[in-house]
Amino acid sequence: MTLYADVQVSRGSFELALDLTVEPGEVVALLGPNGAGKTTALRAIAGLLALDRGRIALDDTVWDEPPRTFRTPDRRPIGVVFQDYLLFNHLNCLENVAFGLRARGVEKQTARLEASRWLETVGLSEYARTRPRALSGGQAQRVALARALATDPELLLLDEPLAALDAGTTLHVRAELGQHLNRFEGRTLLVTHDPLDAMVLADRLVIIEHGQVVQEGRPTEVAHRPRTDYVAQLVGLNLYRGDASGTAVRLPEGGTITLAEPATGPVHVAFPPTAVSLYVEPPSGSPRNTWPAVVTGIEQHAHTVRVRLDASPSGPADLLADITPAAVADLHLTPGQPLHTTLKATEVHTYPV
Amino acid sequence: MSRRGRSTSGRLPLVLLLPALLGLAFLLVPLVGLLIKAPWSTLPDRLFSADVWQALRLSLVCATLATALCLLLGVPLAWLLARGGLPGRSLIRAFVTVPLVLPPVVGGVALLLVLGRRGLVGQHLDTWFGVSLPFTTAGVVVAEAFVAMPFLVISVEGALRAADPRYEEAAATLGAGRWLTFRRVTLPSIAPGVVAGTVLCWARALGEFGATITFAGNFPGRTTTMPLAVYLALETDPEVAVVLSLVLLLVSVVVLAALRERWIGGLR
Repeated sequence: MTLYADVQVSRGSFELALDLTVEPGEVVALLGPNGAGKTTALRAIAGLLALDRGRIALDDTVWDEPPRTFRTPDRRPIGVVFQDYLLFNHLNCLENVAFGLRARGVEKQTARLEASRWLETVGLSEYARTRPRALSGGQAQRVALARALATDPELLLLDEPLAALDAGTTLHVRAELGQHLNRFEGRTLLVTHDPLDAMVLADRLVIIEHGQVVQEGRPTEVAHRPRTDYVAQLVGLNLYRGDASGTAVRLPEGGTITLAEPATGPVHVAFPPTAVSLYVEPPSGSPRNTWPAVVTGIEQHAHTVRVRLDASPSGPADLLADITPAAVADLHLTPGQPLHTTLKATEVHTYPV
Repeated sequence: MSRRGRSTSGRLPLVLLLPALLGLAFLLVPLVGLLIKAPWSTLPDRLFSADVWQALRLSLVCATLATALCLLLGVPLAWLLARGGLPGRSLIRAFVTVPLVLPPVVGGVALLLVLGRRGLVGQHLDTWFGVSLPFTTAGVVVAEAFVAMPFLVISVEGALRAADPRYEEAAATLGAGRWLTFRRVTLPSIAPGVVAGTVLCWARALGEFGATITFAGNFPGRTTTMPLAVYLALETDPEVAVVLSLVLLLVSVVVLAALRERWIGGLR
């Protein structure tokens, strides 16, 4: 069963027109700057906002098709994690998680049992009797996730699920959220303005700007083939998957990236194109990541030049570097030209898969 | 930095200070007078006389019933005003608040015209159900509810408008219909506002005089509530009036104390 959403909403001069499908088990990230219409799209799909035109359907079941059909949110099999979670403060965590089950007619004891199972899944069993107010941001997010998943929804909607967290906990909570999303068999639509959240959590990115889709595709595709300046700036990120062992990450297609902090197991490796430097001669000193590479493309952006390189077999086969236009002239960059690249290990971030 | 009354805004101007103190005295002296003139020696006897107890019991019962009626009708009305998305909402709100500023006697006359035995609605109540409200205890409840309900509606509506409607959206996405959402999410979140409104409403109903005497008359044991008893006693036995007034003053102070606690607690 696939979710089809042709979302068209007018708000004064703002027009949102968005075509979207989400397959079972798939995590789709709706990525865009503030005011792009992401949250409006999520609200329309949740039924908190009626479409002006278009159609939302889960296979043959129509949720919204103006002017006739409209299912209110309580009649859609959805779970929503709101940006600030909106946990009910007059109920404890267990009652919060059980709320959806009770609302859908599950008998009290069964609902409480199921809810405590979900609290256990998100690792918060001991907080069953705690009021949401007393939870940390990361804990509240997990309770909100458990509450949304407890009703076994066909569609899980996440509105900026990591935006309300401080930087220190984001890393951990993001990895955990990723694990829960992997296990979830329904469809997931994630709304975020943070490219890293989108790239680490989603199977597919849909990037919108001014209410329109500007690009769509797998995270690595989008990152390496940005179609507009905006996307390049937004998701211009070197992102790889590999196996970490100590301070070395082996990439599946060969090549090794050295880290500053040791890690183990399968990880995402990410670093910005600005962290990559280019040299004509092999650099002196000892940067830990030094790869010979060949220039495969050059793109002019607003203030920088993005250079696409192939650093295999010692480094990544598809590597992005941002340099100044002056440096392009100094290096006499042309496609096919051999160069030396360095990457500072301290600029490399890893995220558990 | 001397700590002796150094105020950054300078000395208080006498033009304001004098009337302010006068105003304070004006509000306090009558209450103090009530306490001074109270017949303390004979107070227990008079307090426990059958007449006083009858009036007090009737007052408490009627005010409580009126408050219950106000809750039953007023909370949904407040919800409609705050969440219903009605056209002309501010006009409806203005109508709701009319009894707040209307002289209660006028309210009593209006009630009599509508619910009286020959009134617009009253004649049907009489012929169809054999129910007649004027000059009955039920009439007292109706008169008190009419005057007191705006206090509840305004208070509850304020709480509703201050409550974040996104919690109701969250409940909807969890499968809760509007009634369940109202009961399980909205109502608990506005509980302090409802309590404050209920206390205000009850206090107003307890002190109701004008509408009650106009619509329900003054029949001891049936419609003579405390305020009516005070008025009646003033003409026959002023000391009893003082005692009754003291009882009402005590109840008011208790209500005020409860309210302050609520209001300050709710604002924190």
